[in-house]
Amino acid sequence: MSVQTLSPVNKPRISVYRMRRWGWITLTNVILLSAVLLTAMPFLYMVSASFKPQYEIFTFPVQLLPETVFTDNYTKLFTETLFWRWFFNTLFVALARCSLSILLCLLAGFAFAKYEFPLKKFLFIFILASLTLPFEIILVPLYKMMVLLGWLNTYWVLIVPFAASAFGIFLARQYCLAIPTELMEAARIDGSSELGIFFRIAFPNLKPAIAVMGIIFFNGAWNDFLWPLIVLNDRLMYVLNLALPSLRGPYGDQYGLVLAGAVLATLPVILIFITMQRYFIEGLMAGALKG
Amino acid sequence: MAVRSSELAQARLHPKQGATFRRWWRRHRLKVIPYFYIAPFFILFGLFLLYPVINSFWISFHKQQGISTPTFVGLQNYINLLSDPRFKQSVINSTFYAFGSVFIQLPLAFILAVVIHSWLVPWYNAKSGYRLAFFVPLLTSGVVVALMFGILYDYNSGLINSYLVGWFGEDAKVGWVRDVRVVKWSIIILLVWQFTGINSLYFLAGLQNIPRELNEAAEIDGANWWTVMTRITIPLLRPVILFVMISAINGSYQIFTQPYLLTGGGPRDQSISVVMYLYNTGFSYFNLGYASAIGYTLVLIVVTLAVINLRFFGAFRED
Repeated sequence: MSVQTLSPVNKPRISVYRMRRWGWITLTNVILLSAVLLTAMPFLYMVSASFKPQYEIFTFPVQLLPETVFTDNYTKLFTETLFWRWFFNTLFVALARCSLSILLCLLAGFAFAKYEFPLKKFLFIFILASLTLPFEIILVPLYKMMVLLGWLNTYWVLIVPFAASAFGIFLARQYCLAIPTELMEAARIDGSSELGIFFRIAFPNLKPAIAVMGIIFFNGAWNDFLWPLIVLNDRLMYVLNLALPSLRGPYGDQYGLVLAGAVLATLPVILIFITMQRYFIEGLMAGALKG
Repeated sequence: MAVRSSELAQARLHPKQGATFRRWWRRHRLKVIPYFYIAPFFILFGLFLLYPVINSFWISFHKQQGISTPTFVGLQNYINLLSDPRFKQSVINSTFYAFGSVFIQLPLAFILAVVIHSWLVPWYNAKSGYRLAFFVPLLTSGVVVALMFGILYDYNSGLINSYLVGWFGEDAKVGWVRDVRVVKWSIIILLVWQFTGINSLYFLAGLQNIPRELNEAAEIDGANWWTVMTRITIPLLRPVILFVMISAINGSYQIFTQPYLLTGGGPRDQSISVVMYLYNTGFSYFNLGYASAIGYTLVLIVVTLAVINLRFFGAFRED
């Protein structure tokens, strides 16, 4: 009896609670969605403006969408500038630096994870400590070195100097720790050489590590600006990041062209991110949580 | 392979010595091989990082113009820095950016992470959707971001001013990149836009690592939301907070691309950053000694702040 008398009292209380809960949920998500919109806005506006002629980009009041889809910026980019050459430079340099980094870091990370040797701890901490240094301090001596080597305006200058990544060693070591030592022992007993162990046992187990490092290094190399700015001045050797601002022209009268280039330069990065986001986030998190 | 052939060569020359070497090799093989593994990395690391770091310190005590022969000047570069108004301004600006990261961006990122983690976003897909959406700006190169904000911040026909005029009339125009008082804030807005997502991702990962039972136990004991936050969540997030703080401060002091392309450091040096001043000194005026001194002062600032951070959060650890 008492239960029956209680239930009609309880019922509306639950639904009020529910309504309030859903009210908060709706409010939060509306706010979050507008924040997402705010985040996306500059991108969307960039894409929209890249389809506008110059005068329309800089008229007042600004229209969000172009009056007609104007593709001249893109055709001009392909025909009147060295866009494809710059695109190739950027891609080639990013891939080459990325592969070199992965190889170096995996080998060294494997050694740090799976072998015992004198000075191991010291060397590892030493590498990690270098992460705290702002890399800009090495620009001057590194530039002098590049001049001596005659590497200015070559691909080498973008590929080699920053290939030894301390962060990469750290990541590689984390992943190598997970390789079962028993498997290595078994191979050793079967007469496998140490290099054989690395390539036949460690390497196949490290595919996720390769993906993580690959995507992080690629993105880093693709977005590099300060170093190319210092060591490249030959337009043929430019990477996209260097070429885009130079397209603005002396009076900023080519902005549509620049924006078209910026859209195309951003696309690969976003595409890679969408297909491989799991690895990307995994790699960045490894730095924060295990460090 | 290379090792084995040298082993053979030695064996041929001195059979007895070869045998001892072989025995030695068999016993210590596993201690020697890792050095071959780390060698390629350390060669590049030493050549292109370690040597320049030391060399830069050395150069900072010299006067060198371009590729002329350096002359030793002792601490003169550092003394000059102390009375260089442009350098002072660049340190002030960079510090301002760092403050902006720590006091605007990080709290925002933290709130964002807590909200996305909480029951306020009940759907799993929405959680990861928000995560990704706020993350995308980080992927974009600083160059593209600067170019993008160029058409947003334009005085006469930028998107933002266009809306401001539409809503509030002609007086509402803001000189985003030309007003001395505003320009630093413009850069901070850009940085908040670009980096809040990644920091909230770090916080979010930290939140997900906190065992749920802990929160539930506290709630059963009658702890309210605020108590759970200050007594459980924040203390457990301490390592993540420390990491995010240090990297945000580090990153803020290393800003270059965005002000370089967006404002050129102006107006009246109000947005020039330390790294930008280093670049201008070293690679526009080729004053290499002075540029190195700027670099080492930057190291001093960044390392000091990191140590203060470690101390502060380390003291936290005691209780």
